[in-house]
Amino acid sequence: MKPLYQLTIKEASDLLEEKKISSLDLVESVFKRIDQVDEKVKAYLLLNRDGAIKSAKLSDERISRGKRIGRLDGIPISVKDLLCTKGIETTAASNILKGFIPSYNATVVEKLERAGAIIVGKTNLDAFAHGSSTENSDFQVTKNPWDLNRIPGGSSGGSAAAVAADMCLASIGTDTGGSIRQPASLCSVVGFKPSYGRVSRYGVIAMASSLDVVGPLAKTAEDASIMMDAISGPDDLDPTTIKENENFTNLKPISLKGLKFALPREFFAKGIDEDVKSVIMKAVDDIKGSGGEIVEISLPSVKYALSVYYIIQPAEVSSNLQRYDGVRYGHSAYRDRNDLKLEELYTNSRGQGFGKEAKRRIMLGTYVLSAGYYDAYYKKALKIRTLVKNDFDKAFDKSAGGADFVITPVSPTPAFKVGEKSNDPIQMYLSDIYTVPINPAGVPAISLPAGFVERVTSKLPVGMQVIGSFKDDKRLLEASIALQDLLKIDEKPNL
Amino acid sequence: MNSDLKTTIGLEIHIQLKTNRKMFCFCSNKGEDESPNTFVCPICLAMPGTLPVPNIDAIEKIIKLGLSLNCQIPEKSKFDRKHYFYPDLPKGYQISQYDMPFCKGGYLEVDGKKIRLNRIHLEEDAGKLIHDGERSIVDLNRAGTPLAEMVSEPDIDSPSQAKHFMQSIQKLVRALDVSLANMEQGHMRCDANISVTNGTKRSPIVEIKNLNSFRFVEKALTIEQSRLQDEFDSYSGKEGKVTRGFDSKSGVTYQLRSKEEAKDYRYFPEPDIPPFDLTDKSFIDIERLKNEIPMLPEQKMAVLAEVVGDDLAKAILKIDHKDATLGILGDGSIDKKGKLMFGKLIVNNKEVLNLSREQMVDLAKVLGEKVFPSNILRNIISEAVKSGDLISSINIADDKSSLTEAVDSVIKNNPEAVKKYLAGKKETIGFLIGQVMRELQGKADPGEVKSSLENKIGG
Repeated sequence: MKPLYQLTIKEASDLLEEKKISSLDLVESVFKRIDQVDEKVKAYLLLNRDGAIKSAKLSDERISRGKRIGRLDGIPISVKDLLCTKGIETTAASNILKGFIPSYNATVVEKLERAGAIIVGKTNLDAFAHGSSTENSDFQVTKNPWDLNRIPGGSSGGSAAAVAADMCLASIGTDTGGSIRQPASLCSVVGFKPSYGRVSRYGVIAMASSLDVVGPLAKTAEDASIMMDAISGPDDLDPTTIKENENFTNLKPISLKGLKFALPREFFAKGIDEDVKSVIMKAVDDIKGSGGEIVEISLPSVKYALSVYYIIQPAEVSSNLQRYDGVRYGHSAYRDRNDLKLEELYTNSRGQGFGKEAKRRIMLGTYVLSAGYYDAYYKKALKIRTLVKNDFDKAFDKSAGGADFVITPVSPTPAFKVGEKSNDPIQMYLSDIYTVPINPAGVPAISLPAGFVERVTSKLPVGMQVIGSFKDDKRLLEASIALQDLLKIDEKPNL
Repeated sequence: MNSDLKTTIGLEIHIQLKTNRKMFCFCSNKGEDESPNTFVCPICLAMPGTLPVPNIDAIEKIIKLGLSLNCQIPEKSKFDRKHYFYPDLPKGYQISQYDMPFCKGGYLEVDGKKIRLNRIHLEEDAGKLIHDGERSIVDLNRAGTPLAEMVSEPDIDSPSQAKHFMQSIQKLVRALDVSLANMEQGHMRCDANISVTNGTKRSPIVEIKNLNSFRFVEKALTIEQSRLQDEFDSYSGKEGKVTRGFDSKSGVTYQLRSKEEAKDYRYFPEPDIPPFDLTDKSFIDIERLKNEIPMLPEQKMAVLAEVVGDDLAKAILKIDHKDATLGILGDGSIDKKGKLMFGKLIVNNKEVLNLSREQMVDLAKVLGEKVFPSNILRNIISEAVKSGDLISSINIADDKSSLTEAVDSVIKNNPEAVKKYLAGKKETIGFLIGQVMRELQGKADPGEVKSSLENKIGG
């Protein structure tokens, strides 16, 4: 039998159910793996060793009494350090929140704990989720398990690396412009961004409220659906959640035969790495081979999506970061000097606590919302956002011969080298060009391992993005299970 | 002195709404007198990741207020974020309403003048800063209290009218039960804008902040009015807006900002709260809210006065806190005389208020047809309150009153027999009983007739 840490949720759950392994075995195996490889990968900001072992024992007790809660009971997972965990330090990987211990759980964390899942630790991210490489973390740089000289993607880079390196069975990430899908793609794991509002945002430190989505990173699409089963649903604490519940229990693959997959021209034009493109085209051929229909479409407004995103997102960021003022929690300049005037308390606390990227976005956002510029930037961006949404509505309009799913690359290139783009924010922003347009539209999308490209020193993963229509999360996951069976990418990084 | 200058006043009134929970969290709204920071939670402390959950009760209350001020309730509304840094504002922005308030337009009549409203919008109150020597301490119990902000058009033309406007609003919100509206406790606060003009040139517009009593509103405005009139000749007409504070102890206003600072609140739509569809009955039922609005004091007075006259109407309003009379006056099955008699009765006999609605209707109908001596009426009512049966108390009283009449007339028509009885011939009572029984066609109890005669004749 393979080491326990290598198991999928499905496999581990079956073994727990059959009492062939205990949750404690599983959790200890995962910690052992973390101890072996995280020194190199640096995926975790914090380990919840004692809490996890305690929870594993409770889980084993339930199992022995035949009272297992569900398929996540006893399963070791990790959570991006952007989600508040009661009694456990939550930092958003930013100095301004260092030492902050919430008195409350994010709804997603609460739901996972109620499902019996065991949180082994909090994973690294770009501070406040601002970034695509996890290099913007104020604490450490996470490395790509496939090539330790390269970035894992971001901002959920810690989660993707932890899943890829078998340091947890699955993880929770957040996605504002690709922060689940892009690292999943660069690390060869499954990353699911649900429809906006499918999963509660309560207790998730806000980046851009109208774009933020919480979702799973997992080893398989089936595991992702098991996670969705636990975390999705309406929440009284988040008025933006979708009112209707969706059932993600026991999803089975659907037949690809007769399904219509659309390839948007704009996503395969110049700028894409040729090797990445051929991995995707190979996958598309496989889909065609198993009876899927492939059509080409145009999403004309998508070319404005990145611009729209870089207006709306910093605007909301600048607003959401106003609360970090050094008065109630987090880093406060008052601790060193209690003779500060109010104005100084603000500027010093924020000046010391926020990193470069947060400051850049605060300035951009403040500018586009300021009097005289609001109409020219923010208001216009909202209008174009509607056009982007309309493009997707049209693409999926069945009555007009629309597609079931849209297929695109996730990232124009494979993982880049640490430091390669960190001084060039524009190049960094462009690495999200295929994932960003999905968030303003609110539709669900998944990154599935599609293959590898060979580089001199290593082979690097490439993910394929499959996009569904709004609220069609369940069918997208069912199709993803089938696509994963078809593509069969199950290699592991060599650590 | 330019006393021929026209004065223009506009008011911005903040009204704390009386709800169980705060505007966007589940904290009780009753922390104003409690120890600092004991009525707070992660949401109103703006802890990371928390989200606002709008209080529908507050939305219903502001719409009720708008409906009773003739405002237009739009089909769509939304919240916006208003940004500024201050320690009493935990999120660094206030959730308020920018361009789509819950109530638009509207008016209120004050001293016979229609004062137009610009809007009423909903927002959250900030916390309180307590200044303690060199330090300032933050109390967030109040942070997140629902606050209606009413903005009038500059239609008010004197400080006393401004005061009357405030007083009418206070009466109104109390009648609607949407706010406690105690000014000294800050439930109702006011900023006033005042300027004077000679028709071609306008003085600077002075905004006076945080007026927290009716008296101060009038006083501060009066002071500013004379100052602006006195200095009018020195103005260029291009001064724009100035902000002044009012020191209630010394009764003077003082300059806060010489020139309106370029404030930029960077309003944008609150992304954490989806916009509201006010035509969606499953969310909010405007028709139901309309029906829930009680008649306001002025309206009640008008309705009552039309039937019973001004004086009686005033007297009724004073004692009839259940609006029983209004119910009777609005009942089509009762004639005008019955309504008037009912109104007169209720002023003299509070016990009427203890009757059930049905009993009151029956009573008013009977009063339209019959006149009862007041002592008998009093008995009827107290009997009916006890027994719950008004009709039989009327019947008994009816019988009793005809017995009394018969006894009176027999005594009057048979003075000889009465004299004999009084002289000691007690058997004469038998004759008198017979006379009464004849008059009542035998429909009386001889024993009762006897005691009634004995009581009346005495001796």
